[in-house]
Amino acid sequence: MDLHFGDSKPTDEERAAVDALLGPPESSWEGADRTDADLRWARGGRAARDRRDLLLPGLHAVNDRIGWISEGALDYLCRRLTVPPAEAYGVATFYAMFSVRPRPATVLHVCTDLACTAAGAGDLCAGIEARLGPGSGVSVERSPCLGLCERAPAALAIRAGDPVRTAVSAPAAVEAAVLAASAPDAAPEEPPAVAAVPQAGDPSLLLRRVGVVDASSLDDYRAHGGYTALRRAFELGPAGVIREVTDSGLVGRGGAAFPTGRKWQATASQPDHPHYLVCNADESEPGTFKDRVLMEGDPYALVEAITIASYAISAHRAFVYIRGEYPRAVHRLQYAIDQARARGLLGDDILGQGYRLDIEIRRGAGAYICGEETALFNSIEGYRGEPRSKPPFPVEKGLFGKPTVENNVETLVNVLPILTMGAPAYAAIGTGRSTGPKLFCVSGSVERPGVYELPFGATLGELLELAGVREGLRAVLLGGAAGGFVRPDELGVPLTFEGTREAGTTLGSGVVMAFDDTVPLPRLLLRIAEFFRDESCGQCVPCRVGTVRQEEALRRIVERTGAGAADDIALLREVGRAMRDASICGLGQTAWNAVESAIDRLGAYE
Amino acid sequence: MTVTPLGIPRRLLEFTIDGEPARVPEGSTVLDACRAAGKDIPTLCEGDTLRPKNACRVCVVEVEGSRTLVPACSRRAEPGMEVRTDTERARHSRKIVLELLASSVDLSTTPKVAEWIKEYEAKPDRFGPGAARLHEEPKVDNELYVRDYDKCILCYKCVDACGDQWQNTFAISVAGRGFDARIAVEHEAPLTDSACVYCGNCIEVCPTGALSFRSEFDMRAAGTWDESRQSETTTVCAYCGVGCNLTLHVQDNEIVKVTSPHDNPVTHGNLCIKGRFGYQHVQNRG
Amino acid sequence: MRNRQPKTYTRLTRPLVRDSRDEPFREASWEEALDRAARGLDRHRGAFGMFSCARATNEMNYVAQKFARVVMGTNNVDSCNRTCHAPSVAGLSAAFGSGGGTSSYEEIEHTDVIVMWGSNARFAHPIFFQHALKGIRNGARMYAVDPRRTSTAEWAESWLGLNVGTDIPMAHAIGREIIHAGLVNEAFVERATSGFEEYRRLVEPWTLSLAEKVTGVPARAIRELAHAYARAERAQLCWTLGITEHHNGTDNVRALINLSLLTGHVGRYGSGLQPLRGQNNVQGGGDMGAIPNRLPGFQDILDADVRLKFESAWDTVIQPHYGLNLTEMFEAMEEGSLRAVYCIGENPAQSEADSEQAVRRLRALDFLVVQDIFLTKTAELADVVLPATAGWAETDGTTTNSERRVQRVRRAVTPPGEAREDIDIICELAARLGHDWKYADAQAVWNELRSVSPDHYGMTYERLAEHQGIQWPCPSTQRLEPTYLHGRLWEKDPERRGAAAPFGLVQHDPPVDLTDEEYPIRLTTGRRLDSYNTGVQSGGFASPLRRGEYVELCPEDAERYGVVVGEEVRVSSRRGSVVAPVWVDTALRPGLAFMTMHFPDEVDTNQLTIEANCPIAGTAEFKASAIRIEKLPAVTYVG
Repeated sequence: MDLHFGDSKPTDEERAAVDALLGPPESSWEGADRTDADLRWARGGRAARDRRDLLLPGLHAVNDRIGWISEGALDYLCRRLTVPPAEAYGVATFYAMFSVRPRPATVLHVCTDLACTAAGAGDLCAGIEARLGPGSGVSVERSPCLGLCERAPAALAIRAGDPVRTAVSAPAAVEAAVLAASAPDAAPEEPPAVAAVPQAGDPSLLLRRVGVVDASSLDDYRAHGGYTALRRAFELGPAGVIREVTDSGLVGRGGAAFPTGRKWQATASQPDHPHYLVCNADESEPGTFKDRVLMEGDPYALVEAITIASYAISAHRAFVYIRGEYPRAVHRLQYAIDQARARGLLGDDILGQGYRLDIEIRRGAGAYICGEETALFNSIEGYRGEPRSKPPFPVEKGLFGKPTVENNVETLVNVLPILTMGAPAYAAIGTGRSTGPKLFCVSGSVERPGVYELPFGATLGELLELAGVREGLRAVLLGGAAGGFVRPDELGVPLTFEGTREAGTTLGSGVVMAFDDTVPLPRLLLRIAEFFRDESCGQCVPCRVGTVRQEEALRRIVERTGAGAADDIALLREVGRAMRDASICGLGQTAWNAVESAIDRLGAYE
Repeated sequence: MTVTPLGIPRRLLEFTIDGEPARVPEGSTVLDACRAAGKDIPTLCEGDTLRPKNACRVCVVEVEGSRTLVPACSRRAEPGMEVRTDTERARHSRKIVLELLASSVDLSTTPKVAEWIKEYEAKPDRFGPGAARLHEEPKVDNELYVRDYDKCILCYKCVDACGDQWQNTFAISVAGRGFDARIAVEHEAPLTDSACVYCGNCIEVCPTGALSFRSEFDMRAAGTWDESRQSETTTVCAYCGVGCNLTLHVQDNEIVKVTSPHDNPVTHGNLCIKGRFGYQHVQNRG
Repeated sequence: MRNRQPKTYTRLTRPLVRDSRDEPFREASWEEALDRAARGLDRHRGAFGMFSCARATNEMNYVAQKFARVVMGTNNVDSCNRTCHAPSVAGLSAAFGSGGGTSSYEEIEHTDVIVMWGSNARFAHPIFFQHALKGIRNGARMYAVDPRRTSTAEWAESWLGLNVGTDIPMAHAIGREIIHAGLVNEAFVERATSGFEEYRRLVEPWTLSLAEKVTGVPARAIRELAHAYARAERAQLCWTLGITEHHNGTDNVRALINLSLLTGHVGRYGSGLQPLRGQNNVQGGGDMGAIPNRLPGFQDILDADVRLKFESAWDTVIQPHYGLNLTEMFEAMEEGSLRAVYCIGENPAQSEADSEQAVRRLRALDFLVVQDIFLTKTAELADVVLPATAGWAETDGTTTNSERRVQRVRRAVTPPGEAREDIDIICELAARLGHDWKYADAQAVWNELRSVSPDHYGMTYERLAEHQGIQWPCPSTQRLEPTYLHGRLWEKDPERRGAAAPFGLVQHDPPVDLTDEEYPIRLTTGRRLDSYNTGVQSGGFASPLRRGEYVELCPEDAERYGVVVGEEVRVSSRRGSVVAPVWVDTALRPGLAFMTMHFPDEVDTNQLTIEANCPIAGTAEFKASAIRIEKLPAVTYVG
């Protein structure tokens, strides 16, 4: 491609960061010194253009090393990858965790989302800023949900360098957060994943190894039943695996509840190749943290589950897309993948069965929308994480335009018990239409926040009782920002996809957030509206402008009720209806859900 | 000898639009079918030379069995589909989309939008005086064309025309996110420091006048731009042997704008800098 | 800093005349100017030459050649076609009997391999390149053969940076490799070609390693291109002036055509040969007979039946021999056998190689009429200057593009002052010289052409509008022909297959202007994206890309000479010397420099180029001069 580059040059540091990822440049056309051979023959074309998917890792490489992405660094990365600088700039500015302007090497992300705000994030932010003062060398950024709701309020420090260093402070106090930012290496170790599992030690299917096994040890994993499901899969063959999964009644746990077996079958039967398996670990719905706990506490389970799913659909390359705010999950899972590869459980001849698979981790960089399945494809491919229009559906044209199965972490790990216990036994758990166990992320006004595993069909009240709901319950948010509120008198709702639907609400991804009557509801709704405005990708009009108008209206009525709010509520209804009906993807379609339920169910402005 | 491929013959498929039977060749969009049936569906981001982006959502229709409304511009017609173009639900979304756009963007040079606002009874003012707008100043950084992003509805057509669908120059992209997303060159540099080759193929597809010839921009500012006094004549460019068709827009015997027919087999509506802007020598009349 | 405001030209609005070349022009009435022009031409019957215009309409070219042949009784008619693509026409007609490109733009979107040879289409033919890009996006692999790594080459799978003027060794080595790898399309070669054995022997010495030595390109790269081209199911071979503007341009074209014959990449949909024309009507000017050896419809003057047809149509006698081409006319000026020229819309004083020599020859003419829209450098030398219209915007008619598509040109603006249409002016002169031609309009001219040219017969103005142009041949008013030429070569029936296409037995002949110690740098020339030829038209708009003329060097040479961007240096060849500022371009390599001819009023590049002409087509070797660069004692910067 005849790309245009400005005069900016990368620093040695920036060049080193990119070269560490891509290797040294092969010719002067890619940025090496000029040689006689370069001036007689140049290769390019398809092979050069096909490396676009390394753009996001490249931006991470620079951002991790320097803390921001300069013109020179971006140009150099573009030259290396044959990507137009304007497009790379569009990609870099899409993600909240990247900066194209100079900033301090250390960024402290302080969560100001629902659970954390309820736990005092506002005061925490102010305290941190006051304590750090100007010129502290730390940039404090208010962040959407960091997925640490069981330890709210939370803060994540990232210090650029080689290597990049991170530290989590949660529950965070001013001093601890400042320490994490100023000396990430000296910050106290995060509590283990099991600390987020109040039921630890109870019999369970999905969480049973968390806290029991050493998460880094493949041997430990094997000693606790690991890799028996994969052996079973090889016995069954790809079609047999799909049959088991179909018969188990497993449906997607990401919120859409699509039958997993059908998705696999539809992809497996596509004549177009290669097929891809994508694990969606971009767990960004405010209030959700179960995938993090699974990846941190039992990473080999996910590796094994991905291997089985890929085998079933004849994929030889799988991707795990993990949100950028989960450094420990990335680290644990990468280690597990490396171990599995070293032991022949990934690679060219898995378990001597002649099956070939490799798994690559791709890190998100702060964009809720990338959890949308097609936006996630674009993000991996090195484009802006904007959702695609469906149809065509991913099973037909997914990642790189090829047939793709995308499942979230929880869905995939359910495949292990399905294969080890058999579909009939698995299907006997839960209800007729929602089979198996379900993970719930309980946070807010409860004594024991964390991830809970219950068979489908338990009621909301039962779950809250387990978690120790506190006095003065005012509302429960199901499904996160994209979900809906229910009242304290609705705790009999059965926690199944069909049960919540019948009750006019949603299970979503399993968020259960309890709010007591000290939380000002209009402010909560405004925070939800701000979240959607911030996270809208901007592609379609209803969502791009609608989320702004929604936020404006909620801001106007934050102190009003009754007749004083009626006009704006009517306006919200009209805009909300169009967002739900006419937006491209689930983000815009659900951006009005929580607000609507608060008005209709909770009487928020009465 | 090989025979010239004339395109694989396409099957006809049958479905209904507003209860009336419709037959279109396989691969047609719902919009194609609606237009063939004489239904006027508003469109903004749809372009006859570009793949549908379905970003503006003003063309949404109802399709039986679909949870949400469906963009007519990109959804392929399917056998047995039941399409309804004029339901209250579809009209509501179109109205809101028009209100959202008109309340945030300067649509004063967008053709037909005033008609639609009337037809759908849209009231952009109802979001109040504090409603966020784009607030962009026109970027006048070269002699050939102007980028007035206060008029930009972010339809992506310029990006697609500059990018892999036609020009493959990739001078512009969408930068930023959400309401803050803007069409930009890298590092928001002036156009003259960018990869832009001034082919003007972005102007050709811009549906709102956000991108315009400098001549048009200046004449509008001076109040002399008058399309009713303009003639359009299609001729052939004289700058190389490719034979691009140019449509010269002439007002008072001055060429004020150059376009190219979108269905032309040579250009498909695209030109280069010389064809698009290189006409001034003819009217250096001393 | 030197002020580099490009010269802008103002339209001519009144005829200009003068009694002697020492006087300035004075404005005159049309009557006076036409009378003077007619008298001047009348005096030089038998020593007359006509420069027709590759930018004007087909109709104007038809009338201009008719003027030369009928009014002046000579076949001395030619156009600037000679300075660019005459070798393509000569080469293609020698192989296939017809001088047009064999494919259509749309076909390149559906081909498998694209070879761009000596062509920076990304800059020179941007909209053609969009079709090529569609092809690339559809999966075609592109190969670029060019001394410079141009914008075009940056899109290639593989760029082969050969030495200037080593195209034949490269082509022969590719041919030999195809033969040795067993990739020849034997059935096609057997049926549709002649001279294969001789060709095989001719290329046998051109091993990959010898080619590497001569061209500078690694043997592996040449081999890869050979295999990709030969193995492709469909392949397009495109070239521009990098092939034709050499002293052996026609040989270069033949060497490329050989590759298509070897592999059967011609005469099929998606497989063909595509010379990209530099001006809007280079193709049409030749088709209309504004060349010394062909009558309208590309019909051979030496064919008595053809002559008879035109003699009865025009009621005249046509000279049964070829006239002089542009290059030969200039030589005849030198000898004194050509004394008067009627030059329409051309600027040879700046566009010819070795422009000083061209100006000297034009000055020596007894009588020069120039008809143009501007007072060009050529017009400044004239006795009579006639203000004309801009063909593309101020007249009606047609032009023919590189894919042989005849398209309508329409009048959109009224010409300034007293400027008149070319056809009108020619007819006025013809009338004064005893030929009263009545053409109601351009369509009447076109219909006359249709009646004498079978290839154009089917193209009525109505049909041209309906189909947005029609490609020739179009013998029927009912039908359209395939988009590609020479499908006949694939016919099984020898009768229908027609004449076999001969392999061109051409030898490598290095550039005439050798580099040596005194002139160590190879200068090659080309176009930029936003400018055109001598810049008379393109200087009129304010391109943000334009930076004026520079001599472009590679970073290594700039360092060696101790010069920086913007610094003025002296550039000298064996013919002349200019001062130009330096630009540094990484697409060049040591020993290779690049200039354009877009800004002759700033830097007259053609003072450097060599008038070493292709003996077959007459095109000069613009692409290969030997120069030296000298740092100036007092450093001046331009910016």
